[in-house]
Amino acid sequence: MARSIDVSDVNIYYGDFLAVQGVNMTIRARAVTAFIGPSGCGKSTFLRSLNRMHELIPGARVEGKIVVDGQDLYDANIDPVAVRRQIGMVFQRPNPFPTMSIYDNVLAGNKLNAKRMKKSEADAIVEKSLRGANLWNEVKDRLNKPGMGLSGGQQQRLCIARAIAVEPQVLLMDEPCSALDPISTSAIEDLIHELKSDYTIVIVTHNMQQAARVSDETGFFNLKATGEPGHLVEFNPTTKMFASPDNPATEAYISGRFG
Amino acid sequence: MTNTAASPDWTTSKAGIGDRIFAALALAAGLVIVGALAAVFVFLAIKGAPGFSRAADVYGPHATDFFGYVGPLLVGTLTASVIALIIAVPLAWGIALAISHYAPKWLGTPVAYVIDLLAAVPSVVYGLWGAFYLAPKTVPAYEWLHEHFGFIPFFGETSATGRTVMTAGIVLAIMILPIITAISREVFSRTPRLNEEAAYALGATKWEMIRMSVFPYARSGMVSAVMLGLGRALGETMAVTMVLSVGFDLSWNLLGSSSPTSIAANIALKYKERSADLLAVLIATGLVLFLMTFVVNFVARWIVGRSERKMAR
Repeated sequence: MARSIDVSDVNIYYGDFLAVQGVNMTIRARAVTAFIGPSGCGKSTFLRSLNRMHELIPGARVEGKIVVDGQDLYDANIDPVAVRRQIGMVFQRPNPFPTMSIYDNVLAGNKLNAKRMKKSEADAIVEKSLRGANLWNEVKDRLNKPGMGLSGGQQQRLCIARAIAVEPQVLLMDEPCSALDPISTSAIEDLIHELKSDYTIVIVTHNMQQAARVSDETGFFNLKATGEPGHLVEFNPTTKMFASPDNPATEAYISGRFG
Repeated sequence: MTNTAASPDWTTSKAGIGDRIFAALALAAGLVIVGALAAVFVFLAIKGAPGFSRAADVYGPHATDFFGYVGPLLVGTLTASVIALIIAVPLAWGIALAISHYAPKWLGTPVAYVIDLLAAVPSVVYGLWGAFYLAPKTVPAYEWLHEHFGFIPFFGETSATGRTVMTAGIVLAIMILPIITAISREVFSRTPRLNEEAAYALGATKWEMIRMSVFPYARSGMVSAVMLGLGRALGETMAVTMVLSVGFDLSWNLLGSSSPTSIAANIALKYKERSADLLAVLIATGLVLFLMTFVVNFVARWIVGRSERKMAR
């Protein structure tokens, strides 16, 4: 079910403002791709254009082609709602549904897809997803308690469980660990390693060590200058990126000599 | 380092004075409202107490004791208010959602202003409009309802003037629409972006997102809005007085010409007669209205609180 993503000549706008310009890349299936770069360089914006979340902002639009499984996501006949059911997303801050129990949180996406589910079927999905998110042992005795009662790291794993419960083709993560402590971060990183055997994962991170630890390939985004649009500077296997990058700007950023 | 500089004083705080003044003002404001409410209750209880047990003829011509007198009025008040809520609440929530989530900004903002303006129209204007314009126009609709749905007890024999409890309910609905809309719009538009995106990212349509994220977040505010609207409907005097032709028949018929009026409207109608006995009775009915509003509010709060406490365990 994991799919690769082919991105060609993508420009992303907020109204008239061009935020990201001319991105071309191929995101491999069953691998982790990390986006790094300074704040405001458009890496999150680009990530959100991969599941058509970007256009929820009034005036926002995307030009170019993003092809998954032979289908251009921005084709006129494509329903953005269907795209988001196939391409899951985990956000910077954990956002379980505050009024739902842990159980209902996991099933929230499934209930959108199929209105009726047998109880046994639902139980199986909940257990599988929570096990998949390494959360099952911690919450199996309190599935009917609210999701907001969990710790930040547990909430984030609950959000991951919710995202994988619908078995998407791609999982997008927008700085999933930036609000978490090191222990929780390590738990999520282990989880990313396990999930990549089943999913295509794209992660945005500000933490370069994290990119080096979890990803197979890395894209470095940067601004040409203040006020100019962001663009993809370099896209290479992570090992190469952190050892001998092609572009001197990448090397400067990764080694901390950025400026 | 020398010791010439005085070491900072760790014990006193000048900034604390402003804090204390503000805390005292806030507390005073809070106590004033509680005190005012208590004073209203005491006034109604003392002045109204004799009204519970007057001579039978004071309650005439339709009743012989206080409960026979206030009962139909209570029913009239509740009927008109419930009709108003049934009409206004879905409409208000719909308008609020349209403004906060569906309409483009250039359309939503002016519409919100217009709705707010409805609240500034004096109730006597609504009364005049209801009695002299709306009421006659409703007669054919009521006749149609009676003809086709007459088997439902609500749609009995119709009034020739259209000045029925149904018409009063419709006028009240328009009057309580702005407050319910304004508060609901405010809470809807404050749904955290994070919660909305959580639903969208799972592939929710806009309506599914609203049910998953906006309504649960706004629930308590939505109930507050309805309670404020209900409070206005229960206490509304002029419009009901003018629209409703007075009767004392207790029946299920909402379209008849002799439904009981509301407590507030009855006070306005009878106040000028001013016999001391009747005055006490009217104040006692006011006490009943006051207590009923209280009970309704508490019950609503309790229902909302219960579902929230359940999730907070």
